[in-house]
Amino acid sequence: MNALLKSRESILVGAILALLALIATRFAGFVAPANLAAVFNDTSPLIILALGQMVVILTRCIDLSVAANLALTGMMCAMLNVVYPDLPIIVILLLALALGAIMGAVNGLLVWKLDIPPIVVTLGTMTIYRGIIFLISHGKWVNAHEMSPAFTAFPRAALLGLPVLSWVAMAVIIVMAVVMARTTLGRSFYAVGGNPHAAVYTGINVGKAQFRAFVISGTLAGLAGYLWVARYAVAYVDIAGGFELDVVAACVIGGISIAGGIGTVGGAVLGALFLGVIKNALPVVDISPFWQLAISGAAIIIAVVFNARADRTKGRVILKSAEHAQ
Amino acid sequence: MARTGLADPSQPVLRLDGIVKQFPGVRALDGVQLALYPGQVTALIGENGAGKSTIVKTLTGIYQPDEGDILLDGQPVRFPTAQAAGDAGITAIHQETVLFDELSVAENIFIGHAPRTRFGLIDKAEMRRRASEILTSIGAKIDPDVRLRDLGIASKHLVAISRALSIDARVVIMDEPTAALSHKEIEELYELVDTLKAQGKAILFISHKFDEIFRIADRYTVFRDGQFVGDGLMAEVTEGELVQMMVGRSVDQIFPKRRAVLGNPVLQVVGYSHPTEFDGIGFTLRRGEILGFYGLVGAGRSEFMQSLIGITRPSKGVCKMGDDIKIIRSPAEAIEAGIVYVPEDRGKQGAITAMPIFQNVTLPSLGKTSNNGFLQMAEEFKLAREYTQRLDLRAASLDVPVGSLSGGNQQKVVIAKWLATQPKVIILDEPTKGIDIGSKAAVHDFMSELAAQGLSVIMVSSEIPEILGMSDRVIVMREGRVVAELEGDDLSPETLVRHAAGITSEAAA
Repeated sequence: MNALLKSRESILVGAILALLALIATRFAGFVAPANLAAVFNDTSPLIILALGQMVVILTRCIDLSVAANLALTGMMCAMLNVVYPDLPIIVILLLALALGAIMGAVNGLLVWKLDIPPIVVTLGTMTIYRGIIFLISHGKWVNAHEMSPAFTAFPRAALLGLPVLSWVAMAVIIVMAVVMARTTLGRSFYAVGGNPHAAVYTGINVGKAQFRAFVISGTLAGLAGYLWVARYAVAYVDIAGGFELDVVAACVIGGISIAGGIGTVGGAVLGALFLGVIKNALPVVDISPFWQLAISGAAIIIAVVFNARADRTKGRVILKSAEHAQ
Repeated sequence: MARTGLADPSQPVLRLDGIVKQFPGVRALDGVQLALYPGQVTALIGENGAGKSTIVKTLTGIYQPDEGDILLDGQPVRFPTAQAAGDAGITAIHQETVLFDELSVAENIFIGHAPRTRFGLIDKAEMRRRASEILTSIGAKIDPDVRLRDLGIASKHLVAISRALSIDARVVIMDEPTAALSHKEIEELYELVDTLKAQGKAILFISHKFDEIFRIADRYTVFRDGQFVGDGLMAEVTEGELVQMMVGRSVDQIFPKRRAVLGNPVLQVVGYSHPTEFDGIGFTLRRGEILGFYGLVGAGRSEFMQSLIGITRPSKGVCKMGDDIKIIRSPAEAIEAGIVYVPEDRGKQGAITAMPIFQNVTLPSLGKTSNNGFLQMAEEFKLAREYTQRLDLRAASLDVPVGSLSGGNQQKVVIAKWLATQPKVIILDEPTKGIDIGSKAAVHDFMSELAAQGLSVIMVSSEIPEILGMSDRVIVMREGRVVAELEGDDLSPETLVRHAAGITSEAAA
């Protein structure tokens, strides 16, 4: 399976490169290093959210509330900034992480303690979180001129030639890679998703592991919430509307099995980048917005077909000769 | 339904002759014969692995026999699909009925062949009328409009039987239909069987319980290890003779059991009870002992074991290890206390097939192979290598997913996983079920070695040779209770079957 996953990831790398080559024939400037860096920066929120979503999907759950969580956290950070413009950015960052974690914990508790299907829980909280934004903001926007310069400058600030937003995404990738591959926590996610019945016998609390996955997803959504609002310098009820579907799509394209237990950090990142390249490239190569949606959708379906086929080929080895031939 | 009434009771409706079914590495059916007569109940008797379910699957079109004939009214037929068997009037009622919980009783009875109106829509009124007609004919007081999920298991059986009648079934196969029923419900089922007999149906009744076989069967057929042993009329056979036919095998398997020197008590269980699953289970397990748990499927053995390791909670009872009373509330606490459970269902409860071998092995031991939550990969590989080698696991690398291994090797991974926790007591639930003979021998050998090294083993098994060959002592469970504790000269196939099946008469011995 490892070899298979690696090959799946390398195929995804190949697909992204092929896509870039294709775009380069129409618009050579797209593949200039500076533009690629800009595409990465633009895809950073998607990468951050996809890594949280990956953990949740690995445990056989799904988190549809991530975009609403992002929007609510973003709104709270923005409103706080309006009232206390001198609050240091680090405090706002910590607060964003905490708010996101709390919202994730609410999802997790409902799934763990009340045993409600995750899709139902997060559909519900998705609407609730959006509703809360409306309540606290009375439907009003927080605009750029109301935010403090430090608040909006942080994600754009250049550090060694890249914006902080990109660095944050890279830090999240590294942390998640370590968590998933090198900690007992990461291992428990794979175990729970791979076979929850077996995981129970090995002393893993399945519900608790799922709870933790939701907390991780929520925390990352909270982090992305501040970065999003600060970067676009605006907060309102509908920011990142429908973004949760992009996040799930990135995971699916990246080979995270919806059935749970299979998937890697590399896959999720590549899945997000693939979507990011498509979304950024289609406008510049002059494809109408109507086609853009259709093409993004087609890419998702092709990825799912591909994943399903890859899963099917791993049949059982019954023949002795085949076993030795491996 | 008219045609069945005219059938000649001396001629079999359905006859199987010389049926062979071969699976990779095992001959599940080896030239068996079976005849079913109209208006009569034929009991199919045999131990686990005798080939009873294989013959049911052959009869219902799920398996195709490799050799042999199926004769329906004397004409050779083939059932390439389950549909074809159904069309020929053969229907099976399983232990867990295969029906649709969310549909009404009438819809369940007529699904697939519902009466239609002129416009091709389902004629609900007609369907309801015919459903209640059939239900009444078998004496079932069930409202055809009620949703199936609101019925008990016994009523679901009645619906399944009604469904069989609605498609004009001539042969009804009942595969351990009473396993999940209460006493009262069983009586009702017997009455139903009598009704079906009166309607001229040929009934194949599969059961382990001798009292019910003698209560309702007219004929018997005995299989053993995929072979036909004998058949005849129930009136001309005794319990003892049937038991003899079932178990009277030549001992062709050699068990590597070494007589271990038993040490001090390691685990003492007193009065373990559960509201619905088992009652008053008690025993003492000594160091180096292999304690066998024998019983029929559904006797409550696995349920008790799951409670012992904290998956479920007992309502009463004490578990002592050494001099300490242990309260085990979760599998993690059981592992800590040194009790591990290797579940029966490898696929569902054992291995995580998408995970590499080494990760499977270290999963319950991550406390030992990690440091403040960070995994020590080198330690993991070391532990996995040590225990997979001890079990003689053959794999290209410890990095390959468990799903790519053969069944026997998967079982070894699961056992290695539990041994790596260095337990004091290991519970093996049907440790060799569904694995090939070579791997079986390796598992048995290893079990013996473990006991010799001072580990205490509880082995839950439904295979008599395995129980007899491996155990120092055997506890027999029936209907959630311990009915016998046997050792030494008391241990024989006949005594095991008698206690497990609840045969009380001494004449049976």
